[in-house]
Amino acid sequence: MKKQILMIAALLCMVAAVSAQNFFTRDAKVKFDATSPNSPEKIEALSKTGTCVLAIATGKMQWAVLLKGFSFQKALMEEHFNENYVESSKFPKATFNGAITNLAEISLTKNGVYNAVVSGKMTLHGVTKDVTTNGALTVSDGQIKLNAGFNLVLADYEISIPSLVSDKVAKEAKVLIDATLLPMK
Amino acid sequence: MKKIYLLSILLFPLFLQAQNEEDLLSLLGEEKTTNYATASFKTNRVVNGHSIENTAAGVLDFKISHRFTQLRNGVYDIFGLDGATIRFGLDYGITDRLMIGIGRSSKEKIIDGFIKYKILRQSSGQKNIPITLSYLIDSQIKTVKFSDETRDNKFSSRLYYTHQLLIGRKFSDRISLQLMPTLVHRNLTESPDDKNDVLAFGVAGRIKLTKRVALNAEYYYVPDGQIATPFVNSLSVGFDIETGGHVFQLHFTNSPDMTYKGFITETQEDWFYKGSSDQLLSGLRFGFNISRVFTVKKPKKLD
Repeated sequence: MKKQILMIAALLCMVAAVSAQNFFTRDAKVKFDATSPNSPEKIEALSKTGTCVLAIATGKMQWAVLLKGFSFQKALMEEHFNENYVESSKFPKATFNGAITNLAEISLTKNGVYNAVVSGKMTLHGVTKDVTTNGALTVSDGQIKLNAGFNLVLADYEISIPSLVSDKVAKEAKVLIDATLLPMK
Repeated sequence: MKKIYLLSILLFPLFLQAQNEEDLLSLLGEEKTTNYATASFKTNRVVNGHSIENTAAGVLDFKISHRFTQLRNGVYDIFGLDGATIRFGLDYGITDRLMIGIGRSSKEKIIDGFIKYKILRQSSGQKNIPITLSYLIDSQIKTVKFSDETRDNKFSSRLYYTHQLLIGRKFSDRISLQLMPTLVHRNLTESPDDKNDVLAFGVAGRIKLTKRVALNAEYYYVPDGQIATPFVNSLSVGFDIETGGHVFQLHFTNSPDMTYKGFITETQEDWFYKGSSDQLLSGLRFGFNISRVFTVKKPKKLD
């Protein structure tokens, strides 16, 4: 009986540990740049409302970014982005569902800068693709900072650029991520 | 009993773990964002009248519009293209909700100026507003010489005012509709039987055919007993074609005017009507608006 009580106690501790092992943010910066050498102006946008949850026990990571949350320098570009390219009323979010694959090399409880390899499924414009990227993961005093960049081939996500402007928009958009995750209470 | 109790405790963390793996983001709860309806129309005009859209803040919209003479003139006039009334104008967005504009029409040498404010913006989510509501004040000054210069002509006789409410909703990605109760005030009328204040009801809509092409229609109904001079209601149907910085609006209409007092109170011919010798005639004419936008205010920096 005593053994059982001990076991229960241990399990309860685990439960507590599991629920404390999520880190999150609601204000991640996500920036993309689709400027091509022939673009007459910079095609870039920034969202400051990316959401991310990281379960440090498993390394699982999920992202969601509202496409309407991207702001551009030009209002017309923003309208075209939402109306014609990503069709944000039909597909409001870009999401990522994956995990840190080299979790063994990272100590999420110890301060330091680590190289993290993240791979998983990215969904944009109704199309899901496998994505793998490297990023810097910085652990400092209970916070986890994520900095990563990857290229996204627009055609992979069935985002079509009209032939008239096809040389003025890059075929691949550079995506940069800058997030600071805090422990979830 | 004890066993079930134990089992449930044993399973509980598993259940919690499983939930974690399924959807971590749900732990954040529902995000509270307001989603505003955008791009209900391709541009801030439907055909002759305004739409519920505004020019964005810091953006200048240069418009060139033509209305040709009746199609019925045939090949001799290349279907009306030989004769045109022209309006060119500049619209500017002061904020995303407030815009102003000026223009000049060749017909009666009218200069017009307007101010339009978006009172309500259709949105869903945290703020739920089913419609967009805008208020427009438009003044027109007729600068053509008075027909009888010997008369005591007053400057005020040149002035016309329009007040318009635009109540619109983007029903779906493709379909937007709006209602436009409108008051046109004319300081000087054609005959004493004409009312100075003319109340009209407009209805307009668009169906988006492809990402870059939309079909627009606009109709202004003027209830009887206000205008004694012969006139008909204005009806226009056209296509909006968007090509990056330009919007081309190509349409068929029975109104040669592009000013409110003109197309609401002075349209002369129906789309199809019986002529004096009983032959079928048409007041249809071809027209276009071309809109080109320029970002004049220095774009806001990202980050």
